[in-house]
Amino acid sequence: MMSKIVRTITNILYSSILIFGFYIIMHGHLTPGGGFQGGAVVASGIALVLIAYGYDTVKSWMKKSNLSVLESIGALGFIGIAFLGIGTTFFYNFLANSGGLFGDPTVIGINPGNLDTSGVLPLMNWAVGLKVLAGLGSVVLLMAYGIRKGDEE
Amino acid sequence: MRKYVLLAALLIVSGFMLLSAVDMHPFGSPDREDMDKYFINNAQEEVSANNVVTSIVFDYRGFDTLGEATVLFTAVVGVSLIFRRLIK
Repeated sequence: MMSKIVRTITNILYSSILIFGFYIIMHGHLTPGGGFQGGAVVASGIALVLIAYGYDTVKSWMKKSNLSVLESIGALGFIGIAFLGIGTTFFYNFLANSGGLFGDPTVIGINPGNLDTSGVLPLMNWAVGLKVLAGLGSVVLLMAYGIRKGDEE
Repeated sequence: MRKYVLLAALLIVSGFMLLSAVDMHPFGSPDREDMDKYFINNAQEEVSANNVVTSIVFDYRGFDTLGEATVLFTAVVGVSLIFRRLIK
């Protein structure tokens, strides 16, 4: 556990980092970024909390098995969405321009962007984002545990 | 002797690097631009995404992204295997 200054700044910054990461994941089809980048931002927030509060405190907030479940959901969702378009091809974008979920046609040319476009891309961004944030988060947790265990021995 | 061999290797490698730097294609004008033109002209209409890079990564080249996700999964599995003994 680090000093009170670090913990206070972490308390202020943590929610902003999480919201920024989820914003990047959610707007992956409109603005620069996407699932991988947003997941890495969220995982960096997890690493910040882990450094500020130490493994022993964080252990009761985040469990590694929960993160593994989240990662499996992300991976299976990604492959499942890819398989849903197998009527045409693997990874076929069957929702684009269909008028349904995320199915609005986009304006050709430079435009501010509409969140309700681009078919399966937002769903895949969410799947990959979940996978990356859970994967990197569990890696950071495991390494923190390893460091603590190494200090003891 | 060893010093001279290393010096010769350094000179040869740096010569190749300089040669390729001088001979490099000008930035922003690719040799073959068929794919670039296709993506820039058609990605917004076909995938209906504003971000052409994301439409390439998740739609045109989705299989490559599946491989990337598998690489990440393998990395996480490897870290879990290394630290498994500590957690037990």
